[in-house]
Amino acid sequence: MTLYGYRLPAMSSLILWGLLWEAIGQMEVSFFVPPLSEVIVTLFEVVQTSAFQKALWETAYAFLAGVFFSIVIGIPTGILMGKNRLIDELLLPWVNIFLSVPLTALVPVLMVLFGFGMTSIIITTTLFAIWIIILNARVGVMQINRSLVDMARSFGASPWDAFVKIYFWAALPEILGGVRIGIIRAVKGVIIGQLLISIVGFGALFELYSNNFLMSHFWAVLLVLFALAFSISELLAMLERRVAYYAAKR
Amino acid sequence: MAMPQTKPAPVATTDIAVSARSVSKTYGETEALRDMTIEFPRGQLTSLLGPSGCGKTTLLKIIAGLLEPNSGTIEVNGKPVTGPGEDRAFVFQDFALLPWASVMRNVAFGLELRGVAKSEREAIAAKYIADVGLKGFEKSFPHELSGGMRQRVGLARALSVNADVLLMDEPFSAVDEQTRRKFQEDLLSLVQNENKTFIFVTHSIEEAVYVSDQIALLLPRPSRVSEIIRPSGLRMKDVDNIRRDPEYLDTVDRIWALLRSYVE
Amino acid sequence: MTDQSQRTLATAASQGRPPLTKPARRDFFGRLTPALVKHRPLVLKLVSAAVVFGAWEIAGRIPVSYAFPTFIESMAALWSMTVDGSLFVAYGETLKPLVVGILISTFIGVAVGMWIGLAKWADWLFSPIFIVMQAAPLAALIPLLVMIYGIGLTSKVFVVCIMAMPVIVLNTAGAVRNTPSSFIEMGQSFLASRAEVIGKIILPAASPVIFSGLRLGVSAGFIGAILAELKITPTGVGDIISYSRSVADYASMYAAIFSIIVLAVVFLNLLERIELTLFEGNARGYASD
Ligand SMILES: Nc1ncnc2c1ncn2[C@@H]1O[C@H](COP(=O)(O)OP(=O)(O)OP(=O)(O)O)[C@@H](O)[C@H]1O
Ligand SMILES: [Mg+2]
Repeated sequence: MTLYGYRLPAMSSLILWGLLWEAIGQMEVSFFVPPLSEVIVTLFEVVQTSAFQKALWETAYAFLAGVFFSIVIGIPTGILMGKNRLIDELLLPWVNIFLSVPLTALVPVLMVLFGFGMTSIIITTTLFAIWIIILNARVGVMQINRSLVDMARSFGASPWDAFVKIYFWAALPEILGGVRIGIIRAVKGVIIGQLLISIVGFGALFELYSNNFLMSHFWAVLLVLFALAFSISELLAMLERRVAYYAAKR
Repeated sequence: MAMPQTKPAPVATTDIAVSARSVSKTYGETEALRDMTIEFPRGQLTSLLGPSGCGKTTLLKIIAGLLEPNSGTIEVNGKPVTGPGEDRAFVFQDFALLPWASVMRNVAFGLELRGVAKSEREAIAAKYIADVGLKGFEKSFPHELSGGMRQRVGLARALSVNADVLLMDEPFSAVDEQTRRKFQEDLLSLVQNENKTFIFVTHSIEEAVYVSDQIALLLPRPSRVSEIIRPSGLRMKDVDNIRRDPEYLDTVDRIWALLRSYVE
Repeated sequence: MTDQSQRTLATAASQGRPPLTKPARRDFFGRLTPALVKHRPLVLKLVSAAVVFGAWEIAGRIPVSYAFPTFIESMAALWSMTVDGSLFVAYGETLKPLVVGILISTFIGVAVGMWIGLAKWADWLFSPIFIVMQAAPLAALIPLLVMIYGIGLTSKVFVVCIMAMPVIVLNTAGAVRNTPSSFIEMGQSFLASRAEVIGKIILPAASPVIFSGLRLGVSAGFIGAILAELKITPTGVGDIISYSRSVADYASMYAAIFSIIVLAVVFLNLLERIELTLFEGNARGYASD
């Protein structure tokens, strides 16, 4: 978007929306919408409280653990599915089902099986992230140019060489794409898990603030959370772009 | 057939670099090759010419050891082929370059897989990169090169492993006409200077006549060799004059007359 | 290489010889049961389902946990819920916010997406909001929605909307933006009006991607609908889950969850089927090899 010859940077409209928020807040249209300036002041107070830091730590822990498990289990499973037709045909229906099914419905089961704590949240996070990682790793391996495989074989590559020097790199753009979407889903999963299980992390914090009608606290935490999620997603997109140059050229 | 053909002279086995004997190949229901027998003399270039889908790529991959025939044998230098080997190198129609690797690494990749030390293989690769005219592009990546330049990378990679037999699957199909002519001339001098055996798949009659010592015309599926044509006089001629030579023009016409029936 | 007569000659030996009649190699299964090979995908799906449900049954019998009923117990519970009609009553409740929310998201989402895709300034103004929404854990808004709109249908519809809308908007906008410019120029060269270009070229060209955005939106909406029932007020299927958990009737709880998953799978497959039928031509256009 250009204005009088100036190119407006992407996302700069958020400033406009922020101003609108401030105006609505100042006009006291709704009790639920405090002015942005007030929210930001609160934000700096909130982030220093131990309750916030504890919630952040608990969330980060569950998130990282969930992402770790979904990557460590997901990528090899996907590669295996891409390489072996029988395994693929046995697993693919389930991967597709769990990719699009409302996983929120499974959280109550996790709660009764694994208790109301960290374990359930980590499993929820993993369940949100893993399927797309599996699926993308599978697609990445399956679309590898046949000629590349033939080429490696014609030079007598060992299976290990072929894997390390061809398969992994050739599938890397798709794998990274899957990991990026998986991580974004994990952010959602960890929050949904905390909301439903609700005695840990931000789930507990939101409960506390909304029960006490601390609106600017609530918004402050929400802002932090959204900003974190957005930064993670942008960072991953940036990483992905670094290998994109060869994704289209295979 | 109306074609005048020299009687097959008895051939000393040492002169034959590659031979295919009664090779058959079926893909599920599709019978690609049936009882194909053909020999490729050492130090010469043989073109495979035939209608699309007749099994040229299939034959080349069987010789490379990338595909297993349903029956029949392939011998390279008198030894039966059981899989890919160091005596053969493949030039892929779609180049098969590693998009994440530089030109240098791509050219040296065959040597890398054969366990040649880095400094040594890069020295060899550098020589072939220069040979194919890509000096200065060692650090470039495939996506920064034109189609013709990529093809040369693939060619340099196949040459760098110094295999006896070069299997080329429509290697010039992705390059423009000028580059193609340049490549054809280069290929001729390569055949002259290196005692290598070239097996060359092409769709272009003119190209086949221009570069080949012998041309194998293949029948449509299930494929067999219909005819072997040897534009023998042409190889003596000066490269620059071949396209004006009556024998060149006659041979092109003759092949077209033979292939025409398949197209119609 | 001067003497041409010394040149060797390949032989076309196969001519005139009877063709070698060797049957194509068949694998073990191929000879034994051609029917099995023909229906291999289906057979493997059934095998796969049998393995998973069998494992569930065995795990339930051990049992791995007091809260882990067997597959058969769960199916029996599902059956009794179906027979006494309580399942249908529950889904009547559950589907209400889902359907309303999806309808709202579809109309607003496609409209806003088209707008973003067509007008640069709309892109600048609205895109960032939906990009952030897409990345952000919007579920965190639920406590706020409950505060503002209470625990009724409105809140639940809202939850479905905020989950489903971003992906619909972004897919629509992307599809509109990526319409090949040659299509549009072709239209312009035939003097099509702006409305005609949009209605006859851009919209049809974008519809496959818009539709798959809708499918993703429905999938996200399902998550929202169940989340709303579990988090805001237990109604419908969420109520069955919460209630049977509180009275430790785990078989019913698993049955309800199982039914949601089946419903979602059936519904999303149906959408995919529709997508394939509607846009068959488009898919064919990309066919290669
Ligand atoms: N992997 C495969 N599976 C099934 N059929 C195949 C396969 N590869 C090739 N075929 C069939 O075998 C026949 C020969 O294929 P091949 O690729 O060898 O032809 P070609 O002579 O190289 O054709 P072109 O000149 O078009 O490259 C074709 O009819 C093709 O349909
Ligand atoms: Mg071919």
